[in-house]
Amino acid sequence: MITASVLVLLGIGFTAAVILAVASKLLYVYEDPRISQVENVLAGANCGGCGFPGCAAAAQGVIDGKAGATVCVIGGDEVATNVAAIMGLEFSSMEKQIAFVDCTGGTRAEETYEYDGVKDCRAQSLLYNGNKMCPEGCLGYGTCVTACQFGAIEMGPDGYPVVDPELCTACGGCAQVCPRGVITIWGTSARIAHLNLETDCLAPCRQRCPGQINIPRYIEQVSRKDYAGALETIRERIPMPLSIGRVCPHPCEGVCRRMHVDESIGINMIKRFVADWEMNSGQRLPIPCSPSNGRKVAVIGGGPAGISCAYFLRRLGYSPTIFESMPKLGGQLRYGIPEYRLPKAVLDWEIQGILDLGIDVEYEKYFGKDFTLDSLKEDGYEAVFLGIGAWMNMTLRIDGEESIGCETGTEFLTKVGLGVDTGIGKKVVVIGGGNTAIDAARSSVRLGAHVTLMYRRTRDEMPANLEEIIGAEEENVNYLFLAAPSRVVSDDNGKVTHMEYIKMALGEPDDSGRRRPVPIEGSETLIEADTIYTAIGQKPELSCLYDDTGNCQLNETKWRTLDAHPDTLQTALPHVFTGGDMHTGPSLVITALGEGRKAARSIHQYLTDGEPHYSSKLQREMIPYTIFTDVPDVGIRAKAKMPHLIECDERTCSFEEIEGAISETETKEETCRCLRCGLTCYNRDMVEGQECTAEDCVKTP
Amino acid sequence: MDYFVLVIAAIFVNNIVLAQYLGNCPFIGTSKDSGVAIGMGLAVVFVGTMAAGITWCVQKFLLGPNDLAYLQTICFILVIAALVQFVEMFLKKVIPPLYKSLGIFLPLITTNCAVLGIAIICQREGFTFIETILFSIASGVGFLLALVVLAGIRERLDLARVPVSLKGTPLALILAGLMSLAFFAFKGMAS
Ligand SMILES: Cc1cc2nc3c(=O)[nH]c(=O)nc-3n(C[C@H](O)[C@H](O)[C@H](O)COP(=O)(O)OP(=O)(O)OC[C@H]3O[C@@H](n4cnc5c(N)ncnc54)[C@H](O)[C@@H]3O)c2cc1C
Repeated sequence: MITASVLVLLGIGFTAAVILAVASKLLYVYEDPRISQVENVLAGANCGGCGFPGCAAAAQGVIDGKAGATVCVIGGDEVATNVAAIMGLEFSSMEKQIAFVDCTGGTRAEETYEYDGVKDCRAQSLLYNGNKMCPEGCLGYGTCVTACQFGAIEMGPDGYPVVDPELCTACGGCAQVCPRGVITIWGTSARIAHLNLETDCLAPCRQRCPGQINIPRYIEQVSRKDYAGALETIRERIPMPLSIGRVCPHPCEGVCRRMHVDESIGINMIKRFVADWEMNSGQRLPIPCSPSNGRKVAVIGGGPAGISCAYFLRRLGYSPTIFESMPKLGGQLRYGIPEYRLPKAVLDWEIQGILDLGIDVEYEKYFGKDFTLDSLKEDGYEAVFLGIGAWMNMTLRIDGEESIGCETGTEFLTKVGLGVDTGIGKKVVVIGGGNTAIDAARSSVRLGAHVTLMYRRTRDEMPANLEEIIGAEEENVNYLFLAAPSRVVSDDNGKVTHMEYIKMALGEPDDSGRRRPVPIEGSETLIEADTIYTAIGQKPELSCLYDDTGNCQLNETKWRTLDAHPDTLQTALPHVFTGGDMHTGPSLVITALGEGRKAARSIHQYLTDGEPHYSSKLQREMIPYTIFTDVPDVGIRAKAKMPHLIECDERTCSFEEIEGAISETETKEETCRCLRCGLTCYNRDMVEGQECTAEDCVKTP
Repeated sequence: MDYFVLVIAAIFVNNIVLAQYLGNCPFIGTSKDSGVAIGMGLAVVFVGTMAAGITWCVQKFLLGPNDLAYLQTICFILVIAALVQFVEMFLKKVIPPLYKSLGIFLPLITTNCAVLGIAIICQREGFTFIETILFSIASGVGFLLALVVLAGIRERLDLARVPVSLKGTPLALILAGLMSLAFFAFKGMAS
């Protein structure tokens, strides 16, 4: 009996084996051997957390290019390294991704109706798009918490989900179930390349900032004393917090909701505090960069726009080289903005940190003379960023402008910046009402001159920052309003002796909404002067774009700036991008930094996908429903005062920095003033109008 | 008429999972998502029918005449395993679309006791070949039905607040029990 059974079983087994062997020969289908290799190194749990039905399907997905080496959500780095090895990829080239919650509102967002249905965000969202006033924010039923297979999400005390970065595996389960798109899975590169969308949680300050810095987030981090985290948040948008913390006219503060309660938050003071904290600590915080992919990009112009573009390109893994015509980097930050506002030592420290990331610089290389777009191409640069600023001065177009002693304000400031002799006299007239005019006037005061600032409209119309106007007044700069230059009077040697001007009156408002000055006939007056600085506007010097035969493949706008797509900054030549003053005309440092990032993003997409792209939901204007004029239920808190390092009488003879940083305690109090706004929500902390102090700060754990 | 009763009995009265408690592992394992449940159910119908047919032949022509009935279980396992492997290769080569939809479930079925159960029941009941085929199709459909119903319920429950300790498999087992009780209502309608 035993023999029979053994024989039968062997017989059946053998027959089956033969059939299968023959079948596997006849029915053989070629399969990439890497599939089984990959499958072998995966965790083998068949958990489905990756979104594929089982490990075999995940392995197939990796081979098909549908998933990356990090496909296995429970395997961690080790599995990813092994998969990467099979696929011939460098694992280090993959950055850690994480679920990111872009909602600060949660329970703070007001509700429009009572909801008693199934406690599930998706279910609620089906009913009139959910009951929250905010059209984009978290509905707060924690469907993402249920969806997370790794217990990495919890509902926080403020009613929106909080992700534990240690547990998060970036599997995307939460993002998939969220009906509001509040959760995104991304790493540093994706965050760097993100432009504000109308569906993001954008507080008014975030909408207004030309650099698109996530202001509420870094203020919150500062308030938790997470200064390093705050700097990382800032550096995801701009590379120069030290400089911006000093020179930015902070448009963000102009739309701050707290303005309607008492005063806006001192956003820039807070930024300056953290930036100074890093510099004073003597240690640079590490800035995460993707490993180099060796692709070369040329950045022409080492001003804020160029520095920003190079910095973000480097962080995205490229090898940028900056070509700068001057002996040092910084552009107008160095050669325009004077020492007493932005000390050169601070600027140098900041720029060095950026260059240390691995950015090459070629100094004293003038675009158009020493190299051209063609020569860059030959040298292997795959894309070019043009950011040469706006360095050409508008002229007064009056008699005697070429007299000795008559010069442009920027030339004068550049000389001061370079530390060479300026040839300034004792009686200086500065013409213009912008920042350049004020900087020239205040610098002249420091060089011992008696200064008159001549402007053809009134103080209210001056485009310069109010702080600057007041600063100049304090330093005894004489203002001469409603006066336009008509003639420069010089002696026999051609040296300036007087300036003739004509008095003006304000007429009808013009296109810019400002009232147009009209000359009063026969009101010509002489004013004594041995030096005249003109600062009536600059535009980009575009002649370097033209070749010897006068041809240029790029286009100019009617404002004599370089034409480019407003969202991608791509010019008429697909591999050339622009940004900063060259593209916008004279603007702000923060605008130039923002454009630098935008261009870096476009270059990255151009070099990887062939063309830059952008969403149709980009936020460009302020979103109307987020602008409030009435902000109820907020207590009053006094704003910190910006301390002055040196006093007025000293200021007039020294280029030392004027403004200081606020202290740690003051910073803490200032951060407590922040309402942590979202699109529609904000912290309603106190009975309206009641006074409160930092101890009442309810926003810190 | 007999065939009709046979089919109804196999689907409802003697449902392979809910009345005979066979194939519980894939019943709990693949009932989280109705798409997956349908795929798995169809694969069981397909493989179960083929397995029952082939094992019927094995029993009839090999084991029966040689008095080797005691080798039934071990032989059937061997045959079914080989069959599944063969079907997998065959589908992959000849009907790739079908392989794409059923492929990932086939290896899971190799060791599925519902399939083996069907084959053995057919022998126990002494079915003819036609009856065997009908019965195994119907049993497979019964499995498919139970699986899809459970998956539907579990999908709904994803939205509900479930005590943490009952989440997932525990709750599925309770559900399976309740469904089984419900199917008891069919008892006695046919045998
Ligand atoms: C006096 C003054 C004060 C200002 N004050 C403020 C302020 O307080 N706050 C504020 O936000 N903004 C201020 N601005 C504006 C701000 O400085 C500019 O908007 C900003 O610097 C523009 O940056 P950019 O990189 O586009 O150009 P730039 O800073 O002008 O940099 C252009 C760079 O390109 C280089 N370059 C030029 N031509 C070539 C060439 N052919 N080849 C190679 N390199 C070339 C230049 O040397 C320079 O380094 C001020 C501007 C001036 C002039």
